[in-house]
Amino acid sequence: MTGTLALLFASSIDAGTAVALACLGLLVNERAGVINLGAEGMMLVGAIAGFATTVHTHDNLAGFAAGALAGAALALCFGVLAIWLNTNQYATGLAVSLFGMGVSAFVGVPYTQDSLGERTASAIPILSDLPWLGPALFRHHPLVYGAALLALGLHVWLFRARTGLVLRAIGESPETAHALGYPVQRIRFACVAAGGALCGLAGAYTSIIYTPLWVEGMTAGKGWIALALTTFATWRPLRALGGAYLFGGLTMLQLHLQGQGVNVPSQVLAMLPYVATVLVLVLISRNRGLLRANMPASIGKPFYPGA
Amino acid sequence: MLRIESRGAPSRLFAHASPLIAVAVTLVLCGALFVALGHDPLRGLGLFFIEPFRSVRALGELAIKATPLLLIGLGLALSFRANIWNIGAEGQFIIGAVCGGRVALAATEDTSGAVVVAIAIAGALGGMAWASVTALLRDRFGASEILVSLMLVYVAEQLLGYLVFGPWRDPAGHNFPQTSLFASTTAIPRLVAGSRANLGLPLALGLAGVFWVFLQRSHQGFALEVGGLSRSAARYAGFSSRASIWIACLVSGAMAGLAGAIEVAGPVGQLTPHISMGYGFAAIIVAFVARLSPVGVIFSSLLMSMFYIGGELAQSRLGLPKSLTLVFQGLLLFALLACDTLIHHRVRWVPRQRSVTREPASRAKEPPEPERSRG
Amino acid sequence: MYRLELIDVTKRYPGVTANDGVSLAVLPEEIHAVLGENGAGKSTLMKIIYGMVRPDSGELRWNGAPLEVHGPRAARARGIAMVFQHFSLFESMTVAQNVWLGIDRLGDALECSLDDVRAALRRVADRYGLPLDPERFVHELSVGERQRVEILRALLGDPSLLILDEPTSVLTPQAARALFTTLRELAAAGCSILYVSHKLDEIRELCHSATVLRAGRVVATLDPRRETTASLARLMLGNEPPRVALAPSTPQGAGLVVENLCVESRHAFGVTLRDITFEVNGGEILGVAGVSGNGQGELLAALSGEDAGRGEGCIRLWGEDVTRSGPSLRRRRGLRFVPEERLGRASVPSLGLSKNALLTRQELVSKAGLLRIQALRALTRRLIQHHDIKAPSPDATAGSLSGGNLQKFIVARELDAAPRALIVSQPTWGVDVGASAHIRTQLIALRNAGSALLVVSEDLDELFEICDALVVIARGRLSPRMKREEMSADRIGEWMSGLWPPALGRDGEGTPGATD
Repeated sequence: MTGTLALLFASSIDAGTAVALACLGLLVNERAGVINLGAEGMMLVGAIAGFATTVHTHDNLAGFAAGALAGAALALCFGVLAIWLNTNQYATGLAVSLFGMGVSAFVGVPYTQDSLGERTASAIPILSDLPWLGPALFRHHPLVYGAALLALGLHVWLFRARTGLVLRAIGESPETAHALGYPVQRIRFACVAAGGALCGLAGAYTSIIYTPLWVEGMTAGKGWIALALTTFATWRPLRALGGAYLFGGLTMLQLHLQGQGVNVPSQVLAMLPYVATVLVLVLISRNRGLLRANMPASIGKPFYPGA
Repeated sequence: MLRIESRGAPSRLFAHASPLIAVAVTLVLCGALFVALGHDPLRGLGLFFIEPFRSVRALGELAIKATPLLLIGLGLALSFRANIWNIGAEGQFIIGAVCGGRVALAATEDTSGAVVVAIAIAGALGGMAWASVTALLRDRFGASEILVSLMLVYVAEQLLGYLVFGPWRDPAGHNFPQTSLFASTTAIPRLVAGSRANLGLPLALGLAGVFWVFLQRSHQGFALEVGGLSRSAARYAGFSSRASIWIACLVSGAMAGLAGAIEVAGPVGQLTPHISMGYGFAAIIVAFVARLSPVGVIFSSLLMSMFYIGGELAQSRLGLPKSLTLVFQGLLLFALLACDTLIHHRVRWVPRQRSVTREPASRAKEPPEPERSRG
Repeated sequence: MYRLELIDVTKRYPGVTANDGVSLAVLPEEIHAVLGENGAGKSTLMKIIYGMVRPDSGELRWNGAPLEVHGPRAARARGIAMVFQHFSLFESMTVAQNVWLGIDRLGDALECSLDDVRAALRRVADRYGLPLDPERFVHELSVGERQRVEILRALLGDPSLLILDEPTSVLTPQAARALFTTLRELAAAGCSILYVSHKLDEIRELCHSATVLRAGRVVATLDPRRETTASLARLMLGNEPPRVALAPSTPQGAGLVVENLCVESRHAFGVTLRDITFEVNGGEILGVAGVSGNGQGELLAALSGEDAGRGEGCIRLWGEDVTRSGPSLRRRRGLRFVPEERLGRASVPSLGLSKNALLTRQELVSKAGLLRIQALRALTRRLIQHHDIKAPSPDATAGSLSGGNLQKFIVARELDAAPRALIVSQPTWGVDVGASAHIRTQLIALRNAGSALLVVSEDLDELFEICDALVVIARGRLSPRMKREEMSADRIGEWMSGLWPPALGRDGEGTPGATD
């Protein structure tokens, strides 16, 4: 029984890592006051870019790099429009999502039958042999640890480092930061690119490591869920990580129940993650005071440096 | 370097010209894409822009695709004007199709032709009910309607899958996930012999007129518009933001549901897991390209249906994947957003200056906006 | 040798010459005033000195040598610091964090830690008597305290010239005097001060010399201590300031009555209203004075109906209870409101003037809920003509109008509906002299016609000019009424700090002053 629990724990973390990576990327964006609704599109282009690259080069790292680059490229399109030209951030993000969904489907057509071959299991020596903790925590792909470390690093950076403070300042009031002399648009561009790279990396992780294949729309809404999670986490990296793992756990639970032959139709179980996301959104939105105190005040608002 | 300067007052010329420029830019980009894929760009573009008008039958196909886009687009134009971002029209479309389909399944060959009206109403009510979840959660809890309505799309897809794989599966259908074909009495009456266009089109056009009157000439439409432009001003005027949320969601949900019912009782004739061809999402682009105007939606839905048909033709004649349509749609939206900035801004080439010059725009003389009220 | 010299500086923008051949000189240790009305060109001139704007022609000299400033950072490196009217502070961060974000360097080191900043802040605060805890969050600070943060931040750079833009607009008279003490100390320690203002009494009290600007040109350079307020005003405005005649009022019954209004603040940064009780009679203008941030916004939202039904208490309009009514209903009963935010609240910037008229003139909607377009346009045209509003057509967008013209339109829109009670907030903020006089005249005309007017303003001079009586709002509470004969800046200043005498209620218990 504990063996199953450890496995469930481990697979929850695996399942949540893609959402965690994307969520952390979006979190950095939103802390700077930019909301990029294109997460789903960026994850999908990252997934296909990563998959295709790995098919051709047999190199996972190259795949990850390609995925990150693809996500960043799409994010830069967003940046040019939403930051430089001050188009409506919500509409532009949607455009990125729709475009990304289309492009990934189009580019991915020749790859639907491909497979990436045997996936080698990763394990940290010695630690992975510990009872329970071993299989639960120490047999993950390096990216999983990377996501956790990233969350920790972002937490320290945002709340202790001066550059992190600058980012939060821009998120609260870009006009004030601009008056103080900070290059607001340049910094926002960098955040958007970083966020896009992380979403692309999340997609690449999904298509290379997590379910090593390509299917049109394979992220099945994870990008949107990552967006919801940034609000749920009140823009705090460690909470975002936890929320992503919880979501992963829910996904695993649902699959586990399906496998157990529970007398509930599989489609209803498949609804669980989405319904859970709605509930989570409702829960966090109820507390207007908490949200208002933590939300970067300038999210979604246009910023005109000349004014 | 290029400088983007505010125009001060929005350019009316560009407000009308920007969608046209965006279409032109998209055409160029699409042509380039064809070339990159190794096809003659003119032939490729011809599939999208000329073929759909070739015959009565082709026009009928155009109408079939344009109808749901027009219906959903109208609802979304209203919703977006009110700044309520109902992104989940796709889910409301599906639920509308499910409800309309349920009524259709109950009909037999002896049912009167008026069942079509019942189907349409059922669809509209179903879509409205689905959208009301979003409205409720936004109204009572302040949950983002973007994310809630989007999550409900996935839920709706699963629900459809469940029904079509399970309780509603056609017993004589060889285990395929589909319902039995609807009785012929449920088919929406055709307009012209030789084409599949049905009454849905004139209905949609009529509704476009109704929407125009509502948005341009009614007080409630004005209230929605002000609410979308400035929440403070709407509150000052006494307009209820809660009413806006509900009206926007219920209307756009009803339109999406109506489109779903018409699609299912019209060209398709049964429920399958893939009844929606992404109309709910394409309609978002339709609404934007129309610059949220009901009359504009007529034209942009036509344009978008040309993209759909072109994509199908590209698949059958050029061997290109159907998802080419999605790429074109995305490009169009990008182009439109970029062109829209020309309405409020001017692009100028300015020689590089060494010093930091910040020209205060005229608005700097104004007392800062609602910030001052924090007092 | 002058510390700062401007020689024949000119700056033009499309449609307006902001500065026309301006020459100005500041000695070391001098407090030099720059005097002028709204739109005279003071802000642009300061921005030129601070490096934010490049002049089209003219010369700047610093300690005799030519000065070229390529941006605020370079200005600060030279020793020029500026405290703006609108602060560059982040509410969600502490004082120390804000200063850390805003300084270029500490002493000689380019990099400094948060601890270094804290220590430096404490040092400077002690030196100049500006006490401030570096760990407090900015959102907890009063406006006066926020200004102190800005001043400390400027002083950390050890400036030789400190520019202050309208610093006392957010201070009580007493706090202003405390600021003057600090400034005198600063000047004595070697820092020159450029003091931008239009408050003549203060300039006469504080400054050694003054340059008077009018319409972009220098009209005089003089010693304000030797002038009278009247002579300075004449120089500033070019002629006699418009006199607004205020005949004694004959109150005509209770127009607007508020009893025991208590409204909890909506969020952490707001002010809770407590036991607000007052009356505005018909034919009377009651002013509400107060430093920004003491509950004015909350009070106005409760009175206009935008925040209806949230609190306790009672609001009656000419006898009718409107406590639970929303803005539309209150308008129908005759209560109208002009908020301080012209754009984004009183009007929608991207809509035309006739659509903006429809915002509050909802009687122009037919029974079926359809808009009466022709009537709307006719009304708008009438408003534009009667009030000499410079707008090309009734469809010109609100955002394209100048501040003065837009304010005239908004006030005209409300007055045209013949309200029985009118509430106005900051009626002439950022509005040029001509439009200001026009608006104030109209308000008095409405008062003479028998309506009850409530004017909330941070401009004491304006309140002195048009009000029959005054109350002061401090920390969410309202002072007793002060009659016109009793009005004095000093007393109002005391009351602004909440120090009004507790009134005796019917049961002999004192009503607490706002310090409790």
